Amino acid sequence: MSTMDALVAAPAAKLAVEHVSKWYRTTRASVQALDDVDLAVNEGEFVCLLGPSGCGKSTLLDIIAGLTPPDGGRVLADDVLVQGPGGRRLVMFQESALFPWLNVFGNVMFGLRRLGLNAAQRREIAEYHLNLVGLAKFKKAYVHELSGGMKQRAALARSLAPDPRVLLMDEPFAALDGLTREQLYFDLQGIWGRRKKTIILVTHNVREAACLGDRVVLMSPSPGRIREEFAIDLPRPRDINTAEVAAIAQRITSALRGLSCNVS
Amino acid sequence: MQRILITSAFFAALIALWKAGTVVGGWSPVLLPPPEAVAEYLWGALKDGSLLEASLVTLKRLLIGYAIGVLIGLPLGLVTSTSEIFQDTIGALALGLQTLPSVCWIPLALLWFGQTESAMLFVVIMGTVGSVVIATSTGARSIPPIYARVARTMGSEGLDKWTRVILPASLPFLVTGMKQGWAFAWRSLMAAEIYVTILTGFGLGHLLHYGRELSAMDQVIGIMLVIIVIGLLADKALFAPWERFMHRRWGTGVVK
Repeated sequence: MSTMDALVAAPAAKLAVEHVSKWYRTTRASVQALDDVDLAVNEGEFVCLLGPSGCGKSTLLDIIAGLTPPDGGRVLADDVLVQGPGGRRLVMFQESALFPWLNVFGNVMFGLRRLGLNAAQRREIAEYHLNLVGLAKFKKAYVHELSGGMKQRAALARSLAPDPRVLLMDEPFAALDGLTREQLYFDLQGIWGRRKKTIILVTHNVREAACLGDRVVLMSPSPGRIREEFAIDLPRPRDINTAEVAAIAQRITSALRGLSCNVS
Repeated sequence: MQRILITSAFFAALIALWKAGTVVGGWSPVLLPPPEAVAEYLWGALKDGSLLEASLVTLKRLLIGYAIGVLIGLPLGLVTSTSEIFQDTIGALALGLQTLPSVCWIPLALLWFGQTESAMLFVVIMGTVGSVVIATSTGARSIPPIYARVARTMGSEGLDKWTRVILPASLPFLVTGMKQGWAFAWRSLMAAEIYVTILTGFGLGHLLHYGRELSAMDQVIGIMLVIIVIGLLADKALFAPWERFMHRRWGTGVVK
C-alpha cells in the first residue's frame, strides 16, 4: 500500500485569493462580476461560498481553478501563482460532466494517467476511491446507467483520485432530490474526514452551507463582493435536520436579507 | 427474428405489388419487366461473372476514394471546428463543395484527367470531402464544453486533451460525418461511372449505362437493385458496429 500511503498523506493546501476582479465584456456592455475579492483558505478547511445567483461565486471558483484568468489581482496556491488549471485543483460541476465514452472505472482512472504511476498503481487508487464513494459494484457501468446521485459520487471519486491539493465544488448537489442530497452531505463529510482535503463549495442553499462548511463566506451581487463570514463550530458529522444547523442557517439567512436590502 | 420476418414480409409485398402491376397494368414488358425477368438477368450476370467483377471494380474505387476523402475531411473538419476564422474559410468552402452536385465535377475531371481512373477517383473524393468536413466540424462544435474544462482541471491539455477527450467525445458526430461521406461517395461514383467511359474497369455504373443503351430494362432495374443492396450491406458492415458501441455507452439509439 505504499503508493496509497504516499497519495493519502499529501498535506492539504493553502490558498490565497488577493484583490481579484473580473469583468465580463459583451459588445454592448461591460459587467463587473467580481470586485476586489480577498479570501484566504487554510489547509484542510471546508469553505462554502454562498450567495444569490449572479454574485460571481462560480466565476470565483473558475478563477481559483485556473480555468478563467482574473482581470485584476491574483490567486496563490501553495504560495505559487495560479496561471492555468494545472491538475492540482480539481473541479466538480453541477452536472457531473462524466465522460460517456468511459465506464465509471475509466472515468476515475482518467486523471491518474499523468502522475507517473504504473498501471497497477493507477488501478489500485481508482478502486480505493470507488470504494470510498460506495460505487465499487458499479465500476463497469456506463454514465447513462447511473442515477443522479451515483453520477455525483462517481464525479467525486474522479476528482479525489488524482489527490488534488484543493477540491472545488460548483453546486454539486443542486440538481439532486432532497433525500439523495442529504445522504451525500453525510457521505461527503465522512470522506472529507478521511481525506482531509481543502474544499471550496459554491452553493445558494443556506442550509447546505451551514451543514457542510467550517466557514461560510457570504457574497453579494452586482458586482460580486464578499460581504460577511460565518465560522461554524459544530461537531461533525453534522445532520442538516438538527436545530443547531437550522439556527445557524437562520442567522445566515437574515444576513442575506440585509444584504439584498442594501443592494436594492 | 421477428424483425427479420417483418422486413422480409415488407419486401415480399413490394415485389408482389410489382408483379401484380406487370400482369394487370398492361405496360410493355420492355418498359416494366416482371420481377422474374430481372431475377433471370441477375442470375445470368452472376453466373458469367460479369456482375461480381463489376461490383468489385466499383467497390474498389469507392473504398479508395472514400478513404482518401475521409482522411482529408476528418482532420479538416476538426480543424474547422476550432476557430471562427477556419469556419468562415474552410467551412464556407466545404459548404460550397457540398452544395455542388458531384455530377458537376465530371466535365472538369474529364478535361483534367481524361477518361482515366484518376478522373473517377477525383469525382468521388470531391464529392466526399465537403460533406465529411461539414458533418465533422458541426459535430465537434456541439461537444459540451464542460468535458474539455473538466479534463483541463485534471491536467489534460493539448494533444492529450484532443486524443483522450475531444476525439472520443465527438465520436457520435464523426460516425455521422463518415456515414454522410459514404452516401455522398456512393452517389458521386455512380455519377462518374455512368458518364466516364473507361476501359480499365467496368463498374456497376457502366452496366447501368449500357443497360440503357441496349434498352435492356431488366439489366437497368437489376443493377439498380444491386446498388441498393450493396449500399445497405456496406452501411451495416461499416457503421453498425460503431453505432452499437456508441449507443451502449451513450445510452442512445432507443426511442421509446
